[in-house]
Amino acid sequence: MEESANIKCENIEPKTGARVLLDALVEEGVNIIFGYPGGAVLPIYDALIDCPIRHVLPRHEQTAVHAADAYARVSGKPGVCLATSGPGATNLVTGIATAYMDSIPMVIVTGQVPTNLLGTDSFQEVDITGITLPITKHSYLVKDFKDIQRTVKEAFHIAATGRPGPVLIDITKDVLLTAGEVKAQPVKVDLKSYKYFSKGNSGQIEEAAKALAECQKAVVYAGGGIITSGAQVVLRELVERANLPVVTTLMGIGSMPYGHPNLLGMVGMHGTVAANYTVDDCDLLIAVGVRFDDRVTSGLGHRFATKAKIIHIDIDPAEIGKVVRANIPIVGDALLVLKELLNKVKPPELSKWWEQIHEWQKQNPLLDQGRDRLTPQMILEVMGELGGKDAVVATDVGQHQMWAAQYYPTSTIRQFITSGGLGTMGFGLPAAIGAQFAAPDKLVFLVSGDGSLQMSIQELATLVQYKLPIKIILMDNGVLGLVRQLQRLFCEERYSQIQLNNNPDFIKIADAYGILGIRVTSPEEVSDAIQKAIDYQGPVLIDFIISPDEIVLPMVPPGKVITEMVGR
Amino acid sequence: MLHTLAVLVDNNPGVLTRVAGLFARRAYNISSLSVCQTENPAISRMTIVVEGDDQVIEQVTKQLNKLVVVHKVSDLTREAVVDRELALIRIKVKSETRLEVLQTVDIFRGRVVDMGKSNFTIELTGDEEKIDAFVRTIRPYGLLELVRTGKIAISRLDT
Ligand SMILES: Cc1cc2nc3c(=O)[nH]c(=O)nc-3n(C[C@H](O)[C@H](O)[C@H](O)COP(=O)(O)OP(=O)(O)OC[C@H]3O[C@@H](n4cnc5c(N)ncnc54)[C@H](O)[C@@H]3O)c2cc1C
Ligand SMILES: Cc1ncc(C[n+]2csc(CCOP(=O)(O)OP(=O)(O)O)c2C)c(N)n1
Repeated sequence: MEESANIKCENIEPKTGARVLLDALVEEGVNIIFGYPGGAVLPIYDALIDCPIRHVLPRHEQTAVHAADAYARVSGKPGVCLATSGPGATNLVTGIATAYMDSIPMVIVTGQVPTNLLGTDSFQEVDITGITLPITKHSYLVKDFKDIQRTVKEAFHIAATGRPGPVLIDITKDVLLTAGEVKAQPVKVDLKSYKYFSKGNSGQIEEAAKALAECQKAVVYAGGGIITSGAQVVLRELVERANLPVVTTLMGIGSMPYGHPNLLGMVGMHGTVAANYTVDDCDLLIAVGVRFDDRVTSGLGHRFATKAKIIHIDIDPAEIGKVVRANIPIVGDALLVLKELLNKVKPPELSKWWEQIHEWQKQNPLLDQGRDRLTPQMILEVMGELGGKDAVVATDVGQHQMWAAQYYPTSTIRQFITSGGLGTMGFGLPAAIGAQFAAPDKLVFLVSGDGSLQMSIQELATLVQYKLPIKIILMDNGVLGLVRQLQRLFCEERYSQIQLNNNPDFIKIADAYGILGIRVTSPEEVSDAIQKAIDYQGPVLIDFIISPDEIVLPMVPPGKVITEMVGR
Repeated sequence: MLHTLAVLVDNNPGVLTRVAGLFARRAYNISSLSVCQTENPAISRMTIVVEGDDQVIEQVTKQLNKLVVVHKVSDLTREAVVDRELALIRIKVKSETRLEVLQTVDIFRGRVVDMGKSNFTIELTGDEEKIDAFVRTIRPYGLLELVRTGKIAISRLDT
C-alpha cells in the first residue's frame, strides 16, 4: 500500500494552486491523504486525478481526520487529511481536538470560500481557523498563491518538531484555481519565532544522575513522550542497568514490553495497585514525556508523589511546573536526555524497595477472571496469545479501552492506538483504518464497545471498499458500560440513560456490508473465533456478548488520591 | 499581583486573536493590553498587564512562547522600567470652576486639548497612579467621559 516517498506529480507549467499544493505535499513525503470532497476543494480533487498521492474516501470527515491521526500514531509521520469548507471543516473538529490532546503530528487541509466572499456569510463559509484556534498547534489561512509552498513547508515542520501537534491550512478556492509560476528549487523554512528544544541541559542531567545514584526508592513514570521520541530502547537499557521499576501512562503503553519484570503496569485511575503505591511512596520520581494528567493525579497535583524528588523530562517547557513542582526540570527530547543520563548513571541500591514492590504486586494482582465464563479479560488475553507480537490494537473509549490497556500484551511502541486526552468515542474504527494503511502487512485489531462502534459504524463500508482486513473485537454489553460503572459505584445504582435498547443485530449489520460476522456467547468459542478471524482474508466483526455488570478494576474514585483504590 | 509583560509578535492579522484566545482558554486575566508596531514593521509589541502569582505568570510566559507568532516575552515587572498611560478626559466646567480646573490640570502637567463652552478635554500622560489621582481629583467637577490607553512600558536598562 505504501508508495515510494519520492513520487512526483506531473510538471505542467504554469501550475494551478491546487497542483502546487499537491506537489508541495509530495515534496514532504506524503503518499496518502484521507479526505472527503466538496465544492471548495473541487480544484484539489481535480488535480488529485493526475497525482500519485493515494486518496482514501471514508464515509464521514471525522473518519478522515481520525484515520490521518492514527496513521501518524502508527507510522510516526504526520498524517494528512482534507475536507471541504463549512460542514466538511466543522466535521473535523473533534478529530483535530483528539490529535491535539495527544500531541499527534497532523496536517489538515480545508477548502475555503473565494477570497472576495470571505466574511460575507457566503455558502458553506465558516471561520475554521477561528474555530480550531485552541485545538491546533498552528494554523494558516492562505489567500495568496505565492504563499502555498511556504505554508505547506512550515506546516509540516511545525506539526512534526518539538511537541508535535495538528496544523491546519485553510485555503481559498480562488487561490486553488489561480495558475502561476512557482519556484523550482525547494523552499526553506524560515521561522524566526518558532523554537523547540532537543538536547537537555547537561548540568541538569548530571543532577538527575546524582539524585538517582543517591535514592532508595526510585520509579520511572513514562508517557507519550517516549513514543514520540522513540526512546523505548534507551529507556529499557536505563531501566535494566539501574534496575528501576517503571509505570506508564495510558499514552505510554508500549514504552516497555508487557510482562517485563520491571514494568508495574499503568498508573492512575485504572492503573495497577502496585504502580500507584510505588508512585505514591517513591523518593525519586523520574517523569519522562508525561504531563501529570488528572487521570493520573486525580487532579490532586499537590498530593501526588509527595515524598519524592521529581525529575521532569519534557520537550515542552510549559509542561514543567504546570501541575507539580519539579525539583530537577530537564527540557529536551526524551531520547537525547535519556541517552545522556544512561551514560552517567550509577545504579542505586534498591533491593529493599523491590521487596516492598513485589509484596504489593503479590497482594494485589490484576483480577484473574479465570476462563469458565466469557469475560473481557480472557478475550484480550486470547487476542494476545493468538495475535502475535506485531499486531496493532486500536481502541475506542470506555470500559473495553481500559481492559485493553490492562490486559493486552503490547510489546512495543506505536502498537496500542487509543484516544487518551480527549477520550473520543467513535475514534476506534477510523483509527484502525488509519493504522492498517500505515501498516498494511500487520494484523490490526479494533477493540470497541457497542456504544462507540455505533458512532462510526458507517465506516464498515470503508473496510470493504479498501479491503482492509481489520478484526473488530466488539465487547457487546448493551450499555454505555463505563458510564454505567460510574453510576453503579458512585450514584447508588441510579442508572440514567446508559441502556442501548434496540441495538441492531451486529452480525446482520456486518453481513449487510459484506463483512464476516461471528457471534460469541461462551468462553469455549473465544479461541476458535479469534483464530478464524485472524485466518480470514478480509474484515471480521466478532460480537462478544458480555455482561453489563463487568467492571474495570482497580479504580481510584473521583477526587481520591491514587492509593485509595476500589477493588484491590 | 499585576505583571507587565512585553511581548514581541509577528505583525500579522490574526495575531491578536491568537494571544487573546490563549488567555481566554487558559483562564488567565488580562487587565490591560496595548499593541503597536515597533521600529521593525514586521514586528508588533504588545504590552500586557496580567494578574497572577509567580506560577501563573510562569505558565503565561511559557504558553505565550509556544505560539508560533510570538518572538519574545519579557516580564518587566521586576525590571527597572518606564511605564506610561495616556488618558483623554472630558470634564464639565462652569465659569466659577474654570480656573480651579485649569490649575488642577497644570499641577498634574496635563494639557487642555479642546475647549468648549461648558467642557474641557484634557490630555494626561503618566503612570497609572498619577492618572488615577487626577481622575479622583477632577471627578467632583463633573466627569463626562474618560478614555485611557493600556499601559505601555520600556526597559531602562541600556542594552
Ligand atoms: C476513560 C479513560 C480513562 C483513563 N484512565 C487513565 C489512567 O488510569 N491512567 C493514565 O495514565 N491515563 C488514563 N487516561 C488517559 C489520560 O487522560 C491522558 O491521556 C494520559 O494520562 C496522558 O498521558 P501522558 O502523561 O503520557 O501524556 P501525553 O498526552 O502522551 O503527552 C506527552 C507528553 O510528552 C511530551 N513530549 C512530547 N514529545 C516529547 C519528546 N520528544 N521528548 C520528551 N517529551 C515529549 C509532551 O510535551 C507531553 O507533555 C484515561 C483516558 C480515558 C479516556
Ligand atoms: C464522543 C463521546 N461522548 C461521550 C463520552 C462519554 N463516555 C465515556 S465512556 C462512555 C461509554 C462507552 O460505551 P461503549 O462504547 O459501549 O463502551 P463500554 O464502556 O461499554 O465498554 C461514554 C458515553 C465520550 N467519551 N465520548
